[in-house]
Amino acid sequence: MRFELTVALRFLREGRFQSLLIIFGVAAGVAVVTYISALVEGLQGNTIQKTLGNQAHVVVKPREEVARPSLTVTDAPGNVHIARDVQPRAQRLRSIDNWSGILPLLERTPNVVAASPMATGAALALRGEASKSIALVGVELERYDRIVDLSAKVVKGEARLAPGEALIGTELARDFGVGVGDRFSVQTAVGATEVFKITALVDLGNRELNRRQVYVSLRSAQSLLNVPGGATNIDLKVAELFDAEKTAALLRRQVDLEVESWMQTNAQLLSALNAQTISTLLIRVFTSIVVVLGIASVLVVSVVQKRKEIGILRAMGATRRQMTQVFLAQGAIVGLIGSIAGTLLANLLLWLFSTFVKGSDGQPLFVISLSFNLAAGVALGATLCGILAAVLPALRAARLDPAQAIRI
Amino acid sequence: MAAIIELQGIRKSYGLGTPVETEVLHGIDLTLQQGEFAALIGPSGSGKSTLLNIIGLLEPMTAGDYRLGGTSVKGLADDDITARRGDMLGFVFQFHHLVPAFTALENVVMPHLIRDGKVSDAALRDGRELLASVGLADALHKKPGQLSGGMQQRVAIARALSRGSALVLADEPTGNLDTKSADDVFVLLRQFNRERGTTFLIVTHDPRLAARCDRIIELVDGQIASDRPVAAQG
Repeated sequence: MRFELTVALRFLREGRFQSLLIIFGVAAGVAVVTYISALVEGLQGNTIQKTLGNQAHVVVKPREEVARPSLTVTDAPGNVHIARDVQPRAQRLRSIDNWSGILPLLERTPNVVAASPMATGAALALRGEASKSIALVGVELERYDRIVDLSAKVVKGEARLAPGEALIGTELARDFGVGVGDRFSVQTAVGATEVFKITALVDLGNRELNRRQVYVSLRSAQSLLNVPGGATNIDLKVAELFDAEKTAALLRRQVDLEVESWMQTNAQLLSALNAQTISTLLIRVFTSIVVVLGIASVLVVSVVQKRKEIGILRAMGATRRQMTQVFLAQGAIVGLIGSIAGTLLANLLLWLFSTFVKGSDGQPLFVISLSFNLAAGVALGATLCGILAAVLPALRAARLDPAQAIRI
Repeated sequence: MAAIIELQGIRKSYGLGTPVETEVLHGIDLTLQQGEFAALIGPSGSGKSTLLNIIGLLEPMTAGDYRLGGTSVKGLADDDITARRGDMLGFVFQFHHLVPAFTALENVVMPHLIRDGKVSDAALRDGRELLASVGLADALHKKPGQLSGGMQQRVAIARALSRGSALVLADEPTGNLDTKSADDVFVLLRQFNRERGTTFLIVTHDPRLAARCDRIIELVDGQIASDRPVAAQG
């Protein structure tokens, strides 16, 4: 390879302007692909993080109660009408039958890493004259933390949920004018009331949630919502986020319950993410094509220009294979140098983006960083593109008959 | 002395299978012994360069048999032909044909790099000596573009000899040079012939140059018209 590399490098150095031109072209292509990929990767990671940070990956709950169209009317012999237009039933709050028996089964399911039973329903929070509609969530904190890390979202106080204690969102606390250690009462539609002491304020990263969520112990919620000993749903966390729907489908076959994955409840988000992924792929593909064509056209010209030299080298004993490799090496070198320059450029762009593009709060919109895998992948891709682009010129160079080449 | 080149009934046609098919060599028989210093002359279009290219394995013959150094090259694969060319043959062309991206010394040792994948210290030393012996000890690291035509041709001669080629084929080696440089180049060829026993076949249309060789082969219309030794000279 010494000969091939030496000649390839010399040829590139000799054609200074042309070489710089294609290296710059490759660098620009690599920078665009790397920047866009990192941006989209960061954006998607951020979106998923924000969406799933407060939400279970898979939720298991009782099936909805359905009214069966069973009413038949016979107005004449043999003429039977069945009432099909049936009003759907209003859904009452129900517990999952035998949830404590199902829980181990859920936990054993592949891809499931945590399961947390909860009793949740609507309620009113009362403090003095004020009343607020809230979502009452009864959980075992230790289990729930493994689904949504609630303890990490505590901004004030101590994450603790003994009976009679509650964690509330920061907005609700502000509306009520309460803080850690204060008390308020919760009343439900079934008429039950209980007084809770606030142990901590949590920031769920979303104003609406911060205004509505009230976390209490599972036992308190069970009695307030009139589902004694019951769980209205079981939250699951999975290891592979994008396999959540597969896991849900598997569970649907095993238990007679409603199983919803985040991919169903966030179908729109998912299709937006997919559209992004596809757009990024298209950008990558077309940029690669442009880069390949650019390198190829310059190398084709170079083969024509270097005809005589190719002939001389062949006369001195260089084989067709060696000449092919000289040009393949040129493509690879251009791709490699271009991708290194492009990665540096992409880093600069990303730095500019995270330094100068800020949200209303003065914080960067989201965290983007160039992962080593992405950079290495793009660099490898660009080098392969370079080699690919050089195939045609290389074959042309090898086909030259030495006598013909020299005669020109 | 053993024969280095044995040609039998060499024919060469261009445009094979097309309406403009033309035969430029009509059955050439020629033998060259090792250590000979021969001139190949003839009018333009007589096929001199074509014959030299065939002998130099730069283009294939259409018919006939060619034994180089005792073995036939007929029907050999391109890689084998290339290997023989690299191992046994050196070339000096009219337009010097150095690789412009490399220095004089790099050009001279290039055949080593091509065939061995590396340039040994010994090869580098040989290259320096060769360049010194053609009077270019000071131009080792100059690029061809910085050298005069005569100097470039001397680099080309050094290169042709760099891997100890047994046979050097020169196509109008002095055709592009002034009288003084042409004479220098010719003297060098002669000198290497004497000192190293390298065989030379020189295409030229300069009768004075041909007369200074040991043997003159004249090609007319693709056939050998005459083949005669030159009387000893002073």
